[in-house]
Amino acid sequence: MPIFHALANPARFQKLARPLTPLCFWAGVALALFGCWAGLTRTPADYLQGETVRILYIHVPCAWLGMGGWSALALASIAYLVWRHPLAAVAARAIAAPGALFAGLCLVTGSIWGRPTWGTWWQWDGRLTSMLLLFFVYIAYIALSRADAERGGDGRIPALFGVAGTILLPVIRYSVIWWNTLHQGQSIGLTGSTIAPSMLWPLWFTLSGFSLFFAGLVLMRMRAMLARQKVEARMRRMAAV
Amino acid sequence: MTSRMKPKHQRLVLACLALFATLGAGGLALSALKDEAAFFYAPADVAGDLPSPDRAVRLGGMVEKGSVHRLGDGVSMNFVVTDGKASVPVRFTGVAPDLFREGSGVVAEGHFRPDGSFAADNLLAKHDERYMPPQMAGKMAPEMTRPQ
Repeated sequence: MPIFHALANPARFQKLARPLTPLCFWAGVALALFGCWAGLTRTPADYLQGETVRILYIHVPCAWLGMGGWSALALASIAYLVWRHPLAAVAARAIAAPGALFAGLCLVTGSIWGRPTWGTWWQWDGRLTSMLLLFFVYIAYIALSRADAERGGDGRIPALFGVAGTILLPVIRYSVIWWNTLHQGQSIGLTGSTIAPSMLWPLWFTLSGFSLFFAGLVLMRMRAMLARQKVEARMRRMAAV
Repeated sequence: MTSRMKPKHQRLVLACLALFATLGAGGLALSALKDEAAFFYAPADVAGDLPSPDRAVRLGGMVEKGSVHRLGDGVSMNFVVTDGKASVPVRFTGVAPDLFREGSGVVAEGHFRPDGSFAADNLLAKHDERYMPPQMAGKMAPEMTRPQ
């Protein structure tokens, strides 16, 4: 907790975020590129799907960030509702657009993967439908938080929406276990993975790379939002003089 | 425990309760929708009561080993879908996806005939959560036939 209290000071946050932003961004790009290269050239093809399986090195990180993004957005929303600190609201708003981007990429890559393997671009199965809903919920959050900011709201309504949206996370996670679906079950769990080790290792690079890239994007957006707030405050002061 | 909590702590407790209630609601919705949200019928689901023949439904399971027979017309085939508990004979006319094979998962779209067999007009291949190179698949072949 003391770390969060220290970070809650915008000046201190800015000081930390300034060097951290390019670090996350470029380290993420490098790791993701290496992971993609390794996944395309350094792993065997799948016994059943052949070369098609390689899209998993992009699809899985996108799905993970689509869901992880909403978890982070919800946590930031709770922090804002509880401690009323503006930086938490800025963080939640900064996460929304990259989260929507990766949820959308997850749907697109999944569709491209589904055509050659399952024989269909899209089916209304539990996993696909709940992920599409999450994408729409991201869009709704972006619209809501913008409308709230334009009307001079205090951000409490988007924060409540951020908490309510978590309802989709267990639905997406367990959809393939509790319902019968076209999408296969979970490959990577806490106890191990059903992906052969020789095919799995580049995934760790793309997962960590995309995650760092995501963090870099969020920091970039947070800094831009804080800078805009500062500009607006200064303009108001100048107008008053 | 002190009789009065700080507003900050009240909000923390409330927010945590709200989060758990939301996650719980998601879980409840999942289990309540179990049957309605199923993507397909498994053979065991329809063993007792067959969906009426004029309803478009999906049937899913494993393609039984040795059950695929291609017919003389070149585009039709018969095979058996099983889930380990029950099985349903399927007739399909059309182009099957590349991953359609014996011992693997399949979802057939079509309708049941009154005699309990299934007439499919589209096939989707369902693969499982395991990925491995071909050499390894050879060693694991017996396990690969397990129904999902």
